[in-house]
Amino acid sequence: MNSRLRPADRAAPDYWLMPHRDVRRILPRLSLTLLLAWLVLYPILVAVADAAHGDALGTFVSRTGEWAALWASVWVSLASVVLAAAIGVPLALLFEWLDFPGRKTLGSLVALPAVLPPFVGVIAFLFLYGESGFVARAVQGVFGLNRAPWRLQGAGAILLVHAYSMYVYFYLFTRAGLAKLDASLFEAAQALGAGRWQVLSRVTLPLLRPALAGAALLVFMTALGSFSAPYVFGGGFRVMTTQIVATKLNGELPLAMVETVALALVAIVGLAVLRRTEGDDLLTALGKGTAPRRRAIRRPAVRGLATAAGWLFATLLLLPHLTLALVSLVPYGSWTTEAVPPVLSLVNYQRLFGEPERLRPLVNSLWMAAVSTLAALLLALAAGALVGRRGPGGRGGRGGQFRGPIEALVALPWALPGTVFAIALAATFSVSSPLTLRWILVGTVILLPLAYVVRNLPVTGRAVLAGYRQLDPAFAEAAASLGAGRWATLRRVTLPLLRPALAAGASLAFVTALGDFVTSIVLYTYDNRPISIEIMSSLRVSELGVAAAFGVILMVVSAVVLGLGARR
Amino acid sequence: MTAFVSLDGVRKRWSPATVVGPVSLEMARGEIVALLGPSGSGKTTVLRLLAGFETPDAGRIAIADEDVTALPPARRRCGMVFQHYALFPHLDVGENVAFGLAQIDRHGRDRKVAGALELVDLTGFERRKPHELSGGQQQRVALARALAPEPRVLLLDEPLSNLDPSLRERTRRELRAVIKRVGITTVFVTHEQEEAFDLGDRVGVLSRGRLEQVGTPDDLYERPASLFVATFVGRANVLQGPTARALGGSEGQVLVIRPEQLRFTDGGLPGLVRERRYTGAAAYYQVETEGGDRLEVVADPGAARVGDRVYVEALRVLAFREGHA
Repeated sequence: MNSRLRPADRAAPDYWLMPHRDVRRILPRLSLTLLLAWLVLYPILVAVADAAHGDALGTFVSRTGEWAALWASVWVSLASVVLAAAIGVPLALLFEWLDFPGRKTLGSLVALPAVLPPFVGVIAFLFLYGESGFVARAVQGVFGLNRAPWRLQGAGAILLVHAYSMYVYFYLFTRAGLAKLDASLFEAAQALGAGRWQVLSRVTLPLLRPALAGAALLVFMTALGSFSAPYVFGGGFRVMTTQIVATKLNGELPLAMVETVALALVAIVGLAVLRRTEGDDLLTALGKGTAPRRRAIRRPAVRGLATAAGWLFATLLLLPHLTLALVSLVPYGSWTTEAVPPVLSLVNYQRLFGEPERLRPLVNSLWMAAVSTLAALLLALAAGALVGRRGPGGRGGRGGQFRGPIEALVALPWALPGTVFAIALAATFSVSSPLTLRWILVGTVILLPLAYVVRNLPVTGRAVLAGYRQLDPAFAEAAASLGAGRWATLRRVTLPLLRPALAAGASLAFVTALGDFVTSIVLYTYDNRPISIEIMSSLRVSELGVAAAFGVILMVVSAVVLGLGARR
Repeated sequence: MTAFVSLDGVRKRWSPATVVGPVSLEMARGEIVALLGPSGSGKTTVLRLLAGFETPDAGRIAIADEDVTALPPARRRCGMVFQHYALFPHLDVGENVAFGLAQIDRHGRDRKVAGALELVDLTGFERRKPHELSGGQQQRVALARALAPEPRVLLLDEPLSNLDPSLRERTRRELRAVIKRVGITTVFVTHEQEEAFDLGDRVGVLSRGRLEQVGTPDDLYERPASLFVATFVGRANVLQGPTARALGGSEGQVLVIRPEQLRFTDGGLPGLVRERRYTGAAAYYQVETEGGDRLEVVADPGAARVGDRVYVEALRVLAFREGHA
């Protein structure tokens, strides 16, 4: 009985009168729902239960430091949204509306910070703008100062990094939104007497609202969960993510649980509030139009200025990564007071690949990223195959039972900061109680890749479910009518057609896991220590060159994998 | 007639308000049946029940005396051409046509693909990708793919709706020629009467999930079984009350009169010519009666002018009881 291939039925079933073929349809869905719930929801519930236990809640409420950290998380996230929008939106308008030499190249360079692991960006910032970084040394040299002119520390430093790495969301979302706008909308507004600014404020921005709200949501959630920047640059300034890890290192586990739950609540409230501002996507309702023609800048002076500004900006964006590459070539101890490193060599890379102990983190990160990506991909595929399909004949079928729960469980890890999941998983799997589905995984090499799987689920899930949704159900039906069974259809039709979605989801998941720092710092063991942890320990013993070399490798592998994933 | 395909009391319930069936239909081997009806009438559901994409809640479907009601689509051996063709975009034309020939060795497969493409006049198109083809060519590839595994029944879901009107008539003729040459039993779905009449040996008219009548185009036009069929098939004046009685109807009857069954005379139902639409061989006249009813009359282009006072009489009327839709 080929029940999977049959489009999901639309009538609600009478469970108590269920014929056996309905049981066969429901059983896989139920199993997947339970598996996802165990993986995603259960650890959170354990954390909540642990937090409610004992007097940790009282401690949390009474300490001012806790409230300060929570408030810091909120305001830093909101400020990050404002700063990222202030950079990203004008940039998008510029690249989408004006034409100048190098527009295309620069347009894609500008999106670069999105494809690099956040942790690498943070390290690169440290080498460039940190108190012993290039810029500080240059200023010091020029003005003859005997101390570094500034310390890159505190809320300002965190916001600088956030603005730098997160404006990309606003940039990409706004450009996508602008590309959907129909030129006739602007022409209509102009014909009705609206000037350039009126068109912008009364037509363009209102129509872009869903795109802007989407970007704001993404930036807020990313900033709230951000760990690398506050950890490296925070100094005495604590946000909730760093506070949680500090509390856990202090051994105050119940308090760490309360903090974790508090951060999770802030995330959920933030998600709910920002979702409401999103509104309906009016552009989709209107259908795709013809984007307005780009205006070429005619006056040579303005043209030259725009081009120069564009290249300057791109250089500014690439500078941290170039710095990283440069520092990776500096041998240990060879660079002391000079403004520019006197010796450059590949010795750091040789050590990295030559010494097994140094190579180990690279191997660890690669296998954990690969395994967790594969697992997240399989879970996403199962979700897609069971509930992702559209109704028959393009009609909006309901996808059947358990669709809502499965989709929600797949998306949940996205709504919660990585620290929350790391702490929750650590709490859940530090107890041996098979009856409640808990085993001791803390201290084993399994727990970290498992956490990567959870963190990667939304990435692969979103890609695969979107892929399934775009798949015309007639393809599977055509295969069936030509005699192909369930597996043959999956192998010969569905998977080949889903390939772009699978590649995109897998590459993003792989890169996220490869560069992960926030989950790793909570769950790593000596045997599976990943690259990011090795970078931190290299920095701690001042082996800047080795740390940078790891960063460069991470950057190159990420760029290559993402490039492969984006190929059609 | 021994039935090759038979639907016996087949019923599918989508929700309490939307039920298709019970539908019963018998088809002879090699016959082409068109399912005609407005959108939402259930014609596509009947086709999908035949293909096996939906399972009926009641009834029995048999093909060549084999009960296929519980058989999955993959084992029914029904070739299907989808409304948007569903050509696999990742495969070329040859691979698409060969998709259903997995069990045959390579040599035999190539031969069959070539044969199927020759049938639809696309020889040499094997290595093209679907998106490189025009709409008409895609349609023919879809037909070749469906026919290549030599199915027992061919199912077509609105096969011409995706084509330009200019292309439609020619494709229709070619489609009928191919089907007749292969001699395959065929069911196709359409909402266009002309298409149904042109392609179908018999036409089944569906309305609100019910099969109202199955018959030859002549039957449906001349002897409609219900008021719905009478008005859905062909142009019709639907009349009630005094006007109906004046044209030969009796109390409680609804009259359906084809425009060509009305003519101008010297004495009959009086009316005023409000519009005249010239079509060349004839003209369509809109005549308003004194009671305010409008009649459509086909007559000689010189028979009357707008504003003329005319008298109308009916040559032939179809009478239905009032309240029986």
